[in-house]
Amino acid sequence: MRNTVNDTTTLENPVEIEKQRWEQTTVAKVNQKFPELKAQFTTSSGLPVDRLYVPEGADVATVNNYLTKLGFPGEYPFTRGVQPTMYRGRLWTMRQYAGFGDATEANQRYKYLLAKGATGLSVAFDLPTQIGYDSDATIARGEVGRVGVAISTLSDMERLFDGIPLDKVSTSMTINSTAAILLAMYIAVAEKQGVSPAALTGTIQNDILKEYFARGTYRFPPKPSLRLISDIFAYCVSHVPKWNTISISGYHIREAGSTAAQEIGFTLADAICYIDTALKAGLKVDEFAPQLAFFFACHTDVLEEVAKFRAARRLYARIMKERFGAQDPKSMMLRFHTQTGGVTLTAQQPDNNVVRVALQTFAAICGGTQSLHTNSKDEALALPTEESVRLALRTQQIVAYESGLINTIDPLAGSYYLEDLTDRLEAEAENLIKTIDEMGGMVAAIEKGYPQSEIEKAAYAYGRSIATGERVIVGVNQFTETEETRFQIFSVPEEVERRQLESLTATKAARDASQVAAALAALEKAAQGTDNLMPFILDAVRLNVSIGEICHTLETVFGEYSENSI
Amino acid sequence: MSEENIPKRILIGKVGLDGHHRGAKYVTNILRAAGYEVIYTGIRKSPEQIVASAIQEDVAMIGLSFLSGAHLPLFHQVVDLLKAQDADDIILVGGGVIPPDDLAALKAMGVAEVFTPGVADQNIIEKVAALLKD
Repeated sequence: MRNTVNDTTTLENPVEIEKQRWEQTTVAKVNQKFPELKAQFTTSSGLPVDRLYVPEGADVATVNNYLTKLGFPGEYPFTRGVQPTMYRGRLWTMRQYAGFGDATEANQRYKYLLAKGATGLSVAFDLPTQIGYDSDATIARGEVGRVGVAISTLSDMERLFDGIPLDKVSTSMTINSTAAILLAMYIAVAEKQGVSPAALTGTIQNDILKEYFARGTYRFPPKPSLRLISDIFAYCVSHVPKWNTISISGYHIREAGSTAAQEIGFTLADAICYIDTALKAGLKVDEFAPQLAFFFACHTDVLEEVAKFRAARRLYARIMKERFGAQDPKSMMLRFHTQTGGVTLTAQQPDNNVVRVALQTFAAICGGTQSLHTNSKDEALALPTEESVRLALRTQQIVAYESGLINTIDPLAGSYYLEDLTDRLEAEAENLIKTIDEMGGMVAAIEKGYPQSEIEKAAYAYGRSIATGERVIVGVNQFTETEETRFQIFSVPEEVERRQLESLTATKAARDASQVAAALAALEKAAQGTDNLMPFILDAVRLNVSIGEICHTLETVFGEYSENSI
Repeated sequence: MSEENIPKRILIGKVGLDGHHRGAKYVTNILRAAGYEVIYTGIRKSPEQIVASAIQEDVAMIGLSFLSGAHLPLFHQVVDLLKAQDADDIILVGGGVIPPDDLAALKAMGVAEVFTPGVADQNIIEKVAALLKD
């Protein structure tokens, strides 16, 4: 494969010999199907760039250390990346999380993003939808369409994806306690578009555990929630095989205040709980594990973040192989989405946030992310304007097309500092998982308040370090300005809630009440037993049975979770 | 708060469906460190629950945190309930992601102070002390 003058010296170095094997097997195989974007990659001034750089020294320690800890992209332990050619074969998916107002308005923002070059959709739902209340519920007052789009019935979902062919776009949905219902609606929209569920690609977040300790959109207690999750896994294995059935999320754990090591440790401890649940439900690890995906934050300490992503990949691969006995390499790959860190944005001198996001983008790409959302500069103040969302997307495009970072895989590997940080973060995260195992797993740990209090302590320490000036945040505790520049701020139009209520009333009135009641009765009966709930939910949503009605029915069987306050 | 050595009680709460609790917990902790007795409600409380526990716990101040954009309607409900229950002597403050354009509306409604992202700990502590002194 590789014809360079170094080939004679290559043979004396076992790492180079292994690299040749990797080129001839793993890389050749993927290159046949998905050739690299260019025949030759070069630096901006024309120097050729190799696909992968490895250590030159051939002493036993260097060789063993390299082969066991780093290995090759697309091969166990995946430290250097999950795909053999990484961004040389395909750029990451540029996916901007968006949604507000009613379905018609959000649909327009998605079409705008696709027209500007976004390559995937990421749906933000409003809080009532996320927690399973209809837009007309008393508890939803003031929240309809605020932090995302309001979806109560299939008819809303149809308007949301109007004119967007679901076999051509991959869609990520940030939805957890009500994930089964939104996934069912997505499948039903596809059916109406004439698209087979087997052709659908995308992700549901579906990660309930972190809701109990970091994000807050729980509805049912942990046990029935975990059942819904394994029902989704089982249903998708046979009906929606390309769908990522869960996106196990460290992002919100980090946003709630955790350290980088806690972000990995708590996220992988959540993953272990989901895998255990699915195994107990009778699934085989290699059946569902390839469809598990992850979601992490990216902060501004560039090298710590790069190390975090690499450590998470290596630790997860080891857990899947050693703890769960996975055989399929796809089961061992930690594929992840990244979002730049919302908490790192400042309300002061908002333009500075553009620079923070650019550094975070650099780190996410050096860390080998599969998709990325870049935050907009004005998000510490409100939802972003169209203009600032475009700038955030442009930031990714500049890194992709101008920086040269995509030319070689895992470009920072071999830095003494980076490799040491990777080792330490991996060890610290592994210790956290051990602590949680000793408590009896993540559900027990959450019941004891363990991740909650660890995160709260870390958040307090972080805040105090800013207050004392030990940690400098430019524009906040140093280099401050007295006059803040005023600029345009986005706000959700007032009439959204009224418009959504009117359309929901009309949709509900047009239904056959006896059919709705029958679908809910069947769902209730299934919830009392052990049948997979997905087909029952799908039957219900096809009749425009609402998310509120479905959740209320499930609640009568499952109960409602509520947080113990301090 | 040194008067008579009885620390004034503060209730920090999350109203509505918003789950972002980092700021609320952080402010709870810094006020506790400053010597106040602070009750944190946990997330997802209704305006009715907030007002009922504020009255029951006999607090001098309620602080509500919003990152969901629902601050105007939900603060409004809390203000109305406090008035209806003759408890509008309780000082109301807010915090979170609140667009600058909404600050005037909140103040007009009777929210004494709004703390937005980046505010210094010391600033919060001083303003809370000044409000409670009056």
